[in-house]
Amino acid sequence: MKIDGGRALIKALELEGVETIFGLPGGAILPVYDPIIDSPIRHILVRHEQGAGHMAEGFAHVTGKPGVCMVTSGPAATNVVTPLCDAYMDSVPMVCITGQVPFSAIGTDAFQECDTVGITRSVTKHNELITEAQDIPLMVRQAFHLATTGRPGPVLLDVPKDIVDPKNPRSTLEWYWPTDDEVAASLPGYRPTTKGHPKMIRQAAELILRAERPVIYAGGGILKARAAEALRELAELCDIHVVTTLMARGAFPDDHHLALGMPGMHGNYTSVTSMQQSDLLIALGSRFDDRVTGKVDGFAPGAKVIHVDIDPAELGKVRRPDVPIVGDCRLVIEELITAVRDLTAGGVTFPDRSAWKQTISGWQETYPLTYEQSEPGEALKPQYVLERLRDNTPDDTIVASGVGQHQMWTSQYWRFNHPYTWVNSGGLGTMGFSVPAAIGAKVGRPDRMVWAVDGDGCFQMTAQELVTAASERIPVKIAILNNAYLGMVRQWQEMFYDERYSEVYLSPDLPDYKLWAEAMGCVGMRVESPDEVDAAIQKANEIDDRPVVIDFRTDAREKVYPMVPSGLSNDQIVTDPAHGEGGH
Amino acid sequence: MPQLPGTDAHHHTLVVLVENKAGVLARVASLFARRGFNIFSLAVAPTEDDRFSRITIVVDVASAPLEQITKQLYKLVNVVKISELDPRDSVERELMLVTLKADLTTRSQVIELVNLFEGRVVDVGHDELTVSVDGVPDRLDDVEELLRPFGIVELQRTGRVALPKLEHTALSLRSARRTA
Repeated sequence: MKIDGGRALIKALELEGVETIFGLPGGAILPVYDPIIDSPIRHILVRHEQGAGHMAEGFAHVTGKPGVCMVTSGPAATNVVTPLCDAYMDSVPMVCITGQVPFSAIGTDAFQECDTVGITRSVTKHNELITEAQDIPLMVRQAFHLATTGRPGPVLLDVPKDIVDPKNPRSTLEWYWPTDDEVAASLPGYRPTTKGHPKMIRQAAELILRAERPVIYAGGGILKARAAEALRELAELCDIHVVTTLMARGAFPDDHHLALGMPGMHGNYTSVTSMQQSDLLIALGSRFDDRVTGKVDGFAPGAKVIHVDIDPAELGKVRRPDVPIVGDCRLVIEELITAVRDLTAGGVTFPDRSAWKQTISGWQETYPLTYEQSEPGEALKPQYVLERLRDNTPDDTIVASGVGQHQMWTSQYWRFNHPYTWVNSGGLGTMGFSVPAAIGAKVGRPDRMVWAVDGDGCFQMTAQELVTAASERIPVKIAILNNAYLGMVRQWQEMFYDERYSEVYLSPDLPDYKLWAEAMGCVGMRVESPDEVDAAIQKANEIDDRPVVIDFRTDAREKVYPMVPSGLSNDQIVTDPAHGEGGH
Repeated sequence: MPQLPGTDAHHHTLVVLVENKAGVLARVASLFARRGFNIFSLAVAPTEDDRFSRITIVVDVASAPLEQITKQLYKLVNVVKISELDPRDSVERELMLVTLKADLTTRSQVIELVNLFEGRVVDVGHDELTVSVDGVPDRLDDVEELLRPFGIVELQRTGRVALPKLEHTALSLRSARRTA
């Protein structure tokens, strides 16, 4: 069957199971947009290409399916660089299709030409410039295979206009659909290891059975591998506490008696300190990020390390593991469970860990997360807003956040009891992530309530996507914790730059968030006093036909605690706000 | 460990078999740039199988552990196989072209020296000669030093290429070396 490249591309996406594309058309990609009219695929027209990328990420975060975005050449391609990099850092499966000038014009500095493949090479798992129409079906299949297997990540396909334009003879191809085997054979250098090495599994099980102060250090890989249930089974079988990194919030239920919550720079005291004092860290799909380890030399100095990751390059990159295991987290955890069961059936017993457990519960009692509620008439405490939001929304609500103080407070104060309910930008720390990511999440899970918790700084970066949400009737809800500052920068300036507040003030009223929201087709509200918080949230929850934005006026002096100051060891955690208070 | 000829503690040779496709060299080069790994020398050529090319990279392991370099390279989808070649178990060669000052008074000395290293004169001018010498990289270092006093006008080395020693040869040599 003869077909043109544009139609072949859309057909290939349909066959890959794509139901939604986030994108914005333009000159070079026009021929691919034409067949979308006749396709069952839903296209969501964004207002800025960065939004398309983050929506695809949000969609992928909550569904586990690859998010797909499509944009034109040149400036559109450069606008998706940030989401590509974000997805690369957080291992989010994503396929991005960019238009390109006709093949014959490449290299001539044609209108809207840029070296998309060159620019995105270091921020994608893989990218390709498709040079012949005949390659389109195979390359689409390769892209989805690469994006979703092994360590997931973004894959970009750059498509010159001539090979998709039915008016150009170069666009004609004989349709075919490669089999899985043909796809695998076409990628001779790509063979991810999924099953753990039996000898290493056995060694890991032996270490687990000997450890007196073990901690499971669960990372985003648990969610990528759909291993939350396996993790819970392992933790319960071995009776080991679990910390969940920023990327793994929800991978282990916060209401479980073995849950310790988030570790790291703004992790809670018990989570941070239990890792520091552990004798065995079981790192599952986590990567010893600097925001978790603090000063690497001082991180968990007495701990042996079992490190499980599907990416061999993570093993030994930061901390040399005693037992490295390359493999898919779910498969390896299941293998570990079997190995532990075999050993216990053979008579091996766990050591008495009651003292360690008492120590942990002692820390939990002594060092809970705290804040002081504001007096009537004073600005809201951001933590209070989050507690009320948490307690006034369904247990399985999906929460997206931007980057900064509000992100840390959300991770700290929300109770994540279900996997795939937390959507955030961990590795790259992309301000402006939350609004488009929440929209993508709501498209992926229309059955769930989706809230974005945003900062006023972040909101101003990508708020225009609420126009997309309003026009597409995607009822996301946005809680802006408006402290009129780039809050995290302000916190660092207060604590480490002698309270010299350089370029961090934004103003609470400019823009007027309520009016702005209304102008974008959303319901806008403003909340200034604690007694209005619940009613506003409940009103927002009842609105299901358009987006809602609530401008919560919060206290700019509030800082995120605990905190391990940058470059220090996790032993130097600051828990008492008085330690960092600059005085006002 | 005693240093054998052709080894340098900071330099390791990686032979990277890659798919013979446009842009693969750029992927390898940008990976090195992105991760802060240093390349000492690099040579690329097609192999006996036209689907693949072989990139011989001499890496500076002072910049990053070799293990991390190899693992990151393996993550490139187009990288099929990586062999780390220990100079003791591999054959290495490099080619050098040198243009030298060589007037009538020194020309015969230069030619004599080049002959001694089994090199060849490949171009002759009024006051200059271009010679080519190949051999193990250390030997080329020696030639370069010996030629320098005559006045080097231009010098170009290819970077090394390498293949593993054949199994039987390698074994017999290894045992011979041990007894030596």
